[in-house]
Amino acid sequence: MVFWKRLFAKNTSTHSKNTAKKRLQLVLVQDRLNIGSETLEGLKNDLIAVIGKHLEIDVEAMDVSFCRDGEQVAIVANIPVLQGSKEAV
Amino acid sequence: MGEVIVITSGKGGVGKTTTTANLGTALAMMGKRTVLLDTDIGLRNLDVVMGLENRIVFNLVDVAENRCRLNQAMIKDKKLDTLSLIPAAQTRDKTAITEAQMEKIARTLKKDFDYVLIDCPAGIEQGFKNAVAGADRALVVTTPEISAVRDADRVIGLLEAAGLPHPEVIINRVRFDMVRRGEMMGIDDIIDILAVELIGIVADDEDIVISTNKGEPIAKNQLSAAGKSFRDVARRLAGENVPFQDVGGGRSLWRKVCAVFNR
Ligand SMILES: Nc1ncnc2c1ncn2[C@@H]1O[C@H](COP(=O)(O)OP(=O)(O)O)[C@@H](O)[C@H]1O
Ligand SMILES: [Mg+2]
Repeated sequence: MVFWKRLFAKNTSTHSKNTAKKRLQLVLVQDRLNIGSETLEGLKNDLIAVIGKHLEIDVEAMDVSFCRDGEQVAIVANIPVLQGSKEAV
Repeated sequence: MGEVIVITSGKGGVGKTTTTANLGTALAMMGKRTVLLDTDIGLRNLDVVMGLENRIVFNLVDVAENRCRLNQAMIKDKKLDTLSLIPAAQTRDKTAITEAQMEKIARTLKKDFDYVLIDCPAGIEQGFKNAVAGADRALVVTTPEISAVRDADRVIGLLEAAGLPHPEVIINRVRFDMVRRGEMMGIDDIIDILAVELIGIVADDEDIVISTNKGEPIAKNQLSAAGKSFRDVARRLAGENVPFQDVGGGRSLWRKVCAVFNR
């Protein structure tokens, strides 16, 4: 029983410590900026809309994250561009 | 002139009182003249953890309201003659004392003592503001749990705003077996996230419960690992460079962890 539990725990990459770190990081960003997760989600969608107006982007592969290092909070966006300017003729 | 150190956390039950009692004991054992101040008015506990509950005559509020002199409220430790305690009032609440009164008391005490340790109540309201008012330095106690670290972060922000910009963190109740299994955040994880100096690591240890039952701080016990952890913190406070014990679990690869949400 104990053996199987161990084996199972080793095979899953989702150790609860990583979940804890991610959740903690996110609440701290929200605490520091004094905003909720809805606002963050809205911000991300607006970002997509604005960039999408000018460039064709890979929405599936894009990745928006909030990093926090002490006092500093940064929005880090990695948005793959599929094609150049939509306005170009 | 001594140093006034506030021991705080935001969240309750993480080990502020235990830490205050043990650091005080350890500093006194080093020959430092040390006084402990319980500011958890209405929920006094430091007296019990120190085993001094039967000797209380006057308390902090009596001092603030001039019903007694400061040294009348001071209770000497049972064994260490360099250690004493000023207990909190039990029948009043946190608004029974003001920041100005606390600052005055702290200023007076540090003339006669090397260390004035202030045990802060949980929360971030008046009791916290009082405890912080006269402090020169702040220690933040946390445990490796999301709620405790989150509250620690909040308190660190408030300490900075109160003019204590470099709080040092004690991570208490660490279960190294769980850290190794990846089921508890490790020291590096927490320090990276909080971006502050680490000053102590204390394991979750049943000896602490036993010593608290007896009213004898574990720092007196030379055979106890937790006792050594607290004595190490005391030495670091006094400026010694004491290496951290190898805590296992390996160093984390990432200095900065990002909360990623994938679309
Ligand atoms: N490292 C530890 N290992 C085991 N028990 C601990 C440890 N630190 C604190 N405790 C216990 O946790 C409880 C809360 O501690 P306490 O110091 O009163 O916290 P706080 O003052 O922050 O509310 C107490 O019962 C104490 O004995
Ligand atoms: Mg307490």
